[in-house]
Amino acid sequence: MDVPGTLTALWQIVVVSLLVGAGVPAVFAVGVRALAEVPAGPAPFPRRLLAGCCFGVASLAVVAGIVLIVLGGR
Amino acid sequence: MLVLVVVTALAFDYTNGFHDTGNAMATSIATGALQPRRAVALAAVLNLVGAFLSLHVAAAIATGLVEASMITLPLVLAGLCGGIIWNLLTWLLGLPSSSSHALLGGVIGAVLAASGPAAVIWGGVLGKVVVPALLAPVVALLVGGVGTWLVYRITRGVDPGARDRGFRWGQVGSASLVSLAHGTNDAQKTMGVIFLALIAAGSASAEDTVPWWVIVSCAVAIALGTYMGGWRIIRTLGKGLVEIESPQGMAAETSSAATILLSSHFGMSLSTTHVATGSILGSGLGRRGARVRWRVAGRMAVAWVLTLPAAGLVGAVCALLVQVLPGLAGSLVVFGLLVVTTAFLYHRSRAQHVDHTNVNADWCPDDEVLDPDHHLIHERH
Repeated sequence: MDVPGTLTALWQIVVVSLLVGAGVPAVFAVGVRALAEVPAGPAPFPRRLLAGCCFGVASLAVVAGIVLIVLGGR
Repeated sequence: MLVLVVVTALAFDYTNGFHDTGNAMATSIATGALQPRRAVALAAVLNLVGAFLSLHVAAAIATGLVEASMITLPLVLAGLCGGIIWNLLTWLLGLPSSSSHALLGGVIGAVLAASGPAAVIWGGVLGKVVVPALLAPVVALLVGGVGTWLVYRITRGVDPGARDRGFRWGQVGSASLVSLAHGTNDAQKTMGVIFLALIAAGSASAEDTVPWWVIVSCAVAIALGTYMGGWRIIRTLGKGLVEIESPQGMAAETSSAATILLSSHFGMSLSTTHVATGSILGSGLGRRGARVRWRVAGRMAVAWVLTLPAAGLVGAVCALLVQVLPGLAGSLVVFGLLVVTTAFLYHRSRAQHVDHTNVNADWCPDDEVLDPDHHLIHERH
């Protein structure tokens, strides 16, 4: 790939990496917060559901990563 | 000759493994999310699995960087020596540097010495190696920094103990993905080199699929290397750059995994090392109050700049030796020199030992240098 080609790929990489690379930890953080907010006792059901969804999204991202590896992005 | 090249390629694969363990596992080890030995064992298994995950092996080395017709077996050997010696030297100094750059540098240097500057495709070197190397840490730093800032913003007010327990899981998951991707990418590079050597020696044809023993031996070599754990480099990445907490670790590793996988998806391959280092630096910038040791980062940057020319110089010297000495003698001398240098560097490393017991010891003075002549590292508390 030449220099202009590299630069064209670059902005795509920046945007998508930023969405995924910063988004997944953020979603995970929402899950952690949902579980930990209540001072005593287990978190109520809606909170646990929210946390489950967040951790689910994060797990899906890992699965997507593995698929990307297997398909061989290059 | 073929045997020498295969053995040297596997040796390179092995150094590639321990040089890069830290990219995935340094943050998990530093935050205590994983015991040091468990972390390297996990990384080793994932590298092994990763090596088998995708088998589009291209019989190639430095494609688009040097004229393919100029690459001969002795030059591949010379290039591999350049890569290995640079990998060992940077490991001795505890500096993470890109193993693929070391290999490319070695091969480019060897071709340069053997056939002159016309045999090197300079535009390719600039676009495929230099520009990505400059961009990788910047992109990763941005992603890691934003991720870390978001994570701390969202979990503000949450009890730090509960928060860190949660994030350790995320940390291990994201670090595992980095390991897996590393096994796939880097083991395949060595497979490609060996396959190329087999074709050059007439033992295989380009239409064949890669022999199974090549795949297995490369996978095992990188996994063993990973299991050895480049403790010196793990220490620099996990303790030297930034004092890291679990949420930062997760943000950094997710940033690394996303940047590495997406960049190769978009056709640009960024160095795992450059990305991981950028992400960790970013995680230091993203958390308020975290301290980033810029001197350590500066030393790494110097090592990165030097990687290509230094490995190239070693490759060039080896290539000249191979050419000047008659027949197989040159290759044997080069291989002998490689063994002697390796033994010497290993001996130097014994003077100031870093292993799983002291990898997390406090980063001593502000400018701790892994200098084998000084004993700077404290015992573990």
